[in-house]
Amino acid sequence: MSDYNAIRSRIIQVAFTAAFIIIIAQLFNLQILSSKYARMADDQAIYRKVVYPSRGLVYDRDGKIILDNTTLFDLVVIPSQLKGVDTQLICRVLNIDTTEFRKRVVNAIVKNGRYQPSVFQGLLDDSLYARLQERLYTIQPGFDLVERPIRKYPYSGAAHVFGYLGEVDPKFLETHANEGYRMGDYTGMTGIERSYEKALMGQRGIQFWLRDKMNRPTQRYEGGKFDTAMVAGNTLYSSIDIDLQVFGELLMQGKVGSMVAIDPQTGGIIAMVNAPSYDPNLLTGSQRRAQFSRMYQDPLKPLYNRAITGEYSPGSTFKTLQAVIGMQEGVITEETGYPCTGRYNGCGNGKPGCHGGGHSPDLKSAIAVSCNAYFAHVFRQIVDQPRYGGVDSGITVWGKHLADFGLGHRLGVDIPGERPGLIPTAKRYVKTFGPNWNSCNVVSVSIGQGEVNSTILQLANAIAMIANKGWYYTPHVIDSIGGGDKWGLLDPYKKKIKAAEIPDHMFEAVHEGMDAVVQGPTGTARRMRIEGIVMCGKTGTVENYYRGKKQRDHSFFAAFAPRDNPKIAIACIVENAGFGGTVAAPIVSLMIEKYLHDSISKVRQPWIERYSSMTIIPARLQAEINKMDSLKRVKELQRIKGNEIKQSNKPVEQLQTKVKNENRGRPFPAKRNEPGEPLAALLPESFRNPGYSFFDYLRYRTD
Amino acid sequence: MATNQPPIIKKGINWAIIWLYLALVLVGLLNIFQVEYRPEMNLVDSWTGLETNYSKQLFFFSICLVIAIFILITDSKFFSATANLLYALGILLLLATFVIGKNVAGSRSWIPLGFMNLQPAETCKIFVSLALAKYLGQLETDFSKPRSQMIALAIALTPAVFSILQNETGLALVYFAFFIPLYREGLPAAYLVSGISFAVLMVAAILMEERGFTIAVSIVAAIALFLLRPKIRRRKSILLLVAAIWFFSIALQRFGVPYVFEDMFQPYQTERIMSMFGKDYVPKDSAKIEAFMRAKEMQGKVKEGEKQENYNVKQSKIAIGSGGFAGKGFLKGAVTQGQFVPEQNTDFIFTAIGETFGFWGASLVTLLYFSLLMVIINVAERQRSIFSRVYAYCTASVIFFHVVVNIMMTMGLAPIIGIPLPLISYGGSSLMTFTILIFILLRLDADRQVIIR
Repeated sequence: MSDYNAIRSRIIQVAFTAAFIIIIAQLFNLQILSSKYARMADDQAIYRKVVYPSRGLVYDRDGKIILDNTTLFDLVVIPSQLKGVDTQLICRVLNIDTTEFRKRVVNAIVKNGRYQPSVFQGLLDDSLYARLQERLYTIQPGFDLVERPIRKYPYSGAAHVFGYLGEVDPKFLETHANEGYRMGDYTGMTGIERSYEKALMGQRGIQFWLRDKMNRPTQRYEGGKFDTAMVAGNTLYSSIDIDLQVFGELLMQGKVGSMVAIDPQTGGIIAMVNAPSYDPNLLTGSQRRAQFSRMYQDPLKPLYNRAITGEYSPGSTFKTLQAVIGMQEGVITEETGYPCTGRYNGCGNGKPGCHGGGHSPDLKSAIAVSCNAYFAHVFRQIVDQPRYGGVDSGITVWGKHLADFGLGHRLGVDIPGERPGLIPTAKRYVKTFGPNWNSCNVVSVSIGQGEVNSTILQLANAIAMIANKGWYYTPHVIDSIGGGDKWGLLDPYKKKIKAAEIPDHMFEAVHEGMDAVVQGPTGTARRMRIEGIVMCGKTGTVENYYRGKKQRDHSFFAAFAPRDNPKIAIACIVENAGFGGTVAAPIVSLMIEKYLHDSISKVRQPWIERYSSMTIIPARLQAEINKMDSLKRVKELQRIKGNEIKQSNKPVEQLQTKVKNENRGRPFPAKRNEPGEPLAALLPESFRNPGYSFFDYLRYRTD
Repeated sequence: MATNQPPIIKKGINWAIIWLYLALVLVGLLNIFQVEYRPEMNLVDSWTGLETNYSKQLFFFSICLVIAIFILITDSKFFSATANLLYALGILLLLATFVIGKNVAGSRSWIPLGFMNLQPAETCKIFVSLALAKYLGQLETDFSKPRSQMIALAIALTPAVFSILQNETGLALVYFAFFIPLYREGLPAAYLVSGISFAVLMVAAILMEERGFTIAVSIVAAIALFLLRPKIRRRKSILLLVAAIWFFSIALQRFGVPYVFEDMFQPYQTERIMSMFGKDYVPKDSAKIEAFMRAKEMQGKVKEGEKQENYNVKQSKIAIGSGGFAGKGFLKGAVTQGQFVPEQNTDFIFTAIGETFGFWGASLVTLLYFSLLMVIINVAERQRSIFSRVYAYCTASVIFFHVVVNIMMTMGLAPIIGIPLPLISYGGSSLMTFTILIFILLRLDADRQVIIR
């Protein structure tokens, strides 16, 4: 019996051993042979946290920080953790109803899934943040407050220069696939934020965190051994003079137009003023969307960077270039004179007419009094030169000279969205007038009217070139990048552009004329003289039409100063403001005085108030505004009427406060929104937030 | 007596078993610790505060040491003398749970004792071991007789029946481990074969589709007929027997299983059983579905998407598999620290070992168990009294079943039945049961020259 049982003991031992061999074999299989479990473990348990660097700062030419960072908070939701959270509290604090709450949670799930945090309400303002922060423990872990760095503009100016940031969209992610962007990231959309994105964004850091089954990060993986540190964005040093910029925006407020000031010696843009403009801080906070769509709809287009996108006929400021080209081509000299009889009779129809009369004995006085007949004559002389054998080639030569001055093509400024302007070609004229066109057909371009178009930036640059006597640097906002320009972003701005050798005396002749415009006894801008500064300028008064109807003239002025060793070249347009000498010239004059003297003389102090309070809304835009307002009024009245029974005694003060709040930051706190007419400004919610996105705007821009 | 006893015991004690025991308990404490460990904890407080599971386990361990010393100074004849009485007590405790049982994790198999919860189905293993040893060790027992065999089986399986009724199917299955000592004592292999066959049949009936099951059973029957050809030629009744078994199997699945699950059990009970095999369960009776879903929702157990049990196995395999050869290091297991594995303190503690100590660590622990089992079998075979030998085999079998099924279940080789890893898993009841089992064995072995009946 014992033998028989000994065998059974063996069998049992063998069975036990077999079971353990199976275990070890499976351990070997799982742990040594297959690597997929290690990967799966990493995927689920290691969280790669992207640490966002702070974006680069921007300094102005005096070393002041003009673009800064600050921190706001996002309220984020993790839908899977919502059980037991006091939703009523959230709804009350955020002032939303439960339907909206549910909608946002569903959105969050669609966007990032149940276990990942999604933004429930972004960029909370201070009071919301405070109210949520003190109750945070009651809403965690379903909700949390997450830091979100945003831009801050200490001087509230230069909005168009800086541009703004926007969330990347799938299309952007596709085109920038290898640059490390993810859904939800912000990137520069316009302005230098966009063109210097590479330098400003810095380098994202990656932290490896262990996370638990609820996707909550718990601790650093291996004590942070594998982390990459983030590198803050590079600092940019700009040529902007923020004081001058803000001063320019003050002078231009209430008008429509723009103004660009360039340092001729470097090509650095000192100021780029657009009117209307907006406070860039409006596009950073929680009201960003609402503000954006409001501005987007504004007929005055405050988001529009007119300085580089607005194409205007340059008017008489163009004559300075004509003079140089005329001398280059040898059709005139400094001494050439021409009768200025009040009209140009060379083509037999008396056009173009003149503002003034008399005789221009030489080039200097022709510029000083802005003699139209003189420059019509010069233009025709240029394009009708027999050696070119026809007006077609003549106009081509003429166009080439203008291209040398930076007209008719994009200059390549470091702000995206620049328009090329237009210098008409023979081809275009053949199309318009037929093959037998002649110089009389197009004589109006001689005085910067008609088909000739340029941006204010191009005009300022051309004036800088005149000031420099024949060369310029491509205008730019950023002079240097802290830590070096690793991307070659600044390379285009280091090259001196000098197309042709033009003798200095030709420019000096033009300087002489521009000097006389201001300092001469009969100059069109003689009242703009600045004590102690020799300013060379040229006025422009540009006829313009809207839907075939003649509008009030645009007021132009272009100038540089001082005459010797110029430090600033500047061009300005105020739309529909009349003579160049009346609005644009005094503004430019004040700008130059401010820039060169750092202050405005006592005598001219009242000018600041006079021109900054001057409101000139182009009639066509005013009509649109009125139309929009009356639509709003009707809608609002209907709404109020519908609510009459519910809230019949709503105090008037309450309405007025609301009006004021909604007007905050508007470029035109115009009469239409006076508290006396509260209804006009109470934009219905649906109207203020009609689903426009930043991208719609961008698309609109590029199309 | 107390003055004489200790030196004798010391001499006769098998120190290998004690060292292995201590090593395994230590492994357990370390791993329970690392499952719960968070960097910001104060270690002194957490180990002494009885707030954390590892501090509780340490406390249980100290109680176990006291119990162990008491066992070692008890007369070895005491165990055989009280075996039947203790067995009766165990059955009584099992029955008592139906009345005063505490609901822990959905199963009313616990009796609250204040400082800990006692699970009679767990401790009953000791009593069954003793009772079996007692019965087989009696002079008048002739184990070659079917009647004795039936009595022995009844002793072994009665607690299993009660455990099933308590929804502790996993614990019930452990009692099938007692087939091993019975086999050693001469139980015909046919019992073992038919027992295992029946178990496989039951599981298959639950898991397989009707058609597949029918085909599988038919194929098995055909193979049986083919193999039994010579015998059938001599005795036609075997043919009838095979046909009867085939018919019974089909009927079991078609009528037996649905009747038991749909009509006898409550839906949640069925669900527990089904989920143990990794299956989702939805009642067939539409009237019951609504009540069932409502009950689930009230328990907050509505699962999102993936199957809970599949999730367990997947996470368990990820944890072990990601350990590699050397492991990620103590306290550095990402899956463990992230609490991805459910029940990692208790049933899935092996995943923590596998992840942080890797292949060598997990193999070492496995080898510790293997050594323990081999030492116990060795000890069993050197006993003079049948009582001690049967008891030793019972101990080895229970430990074997727990270890193998638990580890295999964490590696996806066995269905998930909630049984702990002996001496390592967190839990006072389990630790105490295995301590008592092992130390009674040590006490009996110390007196191996004495005939104990």
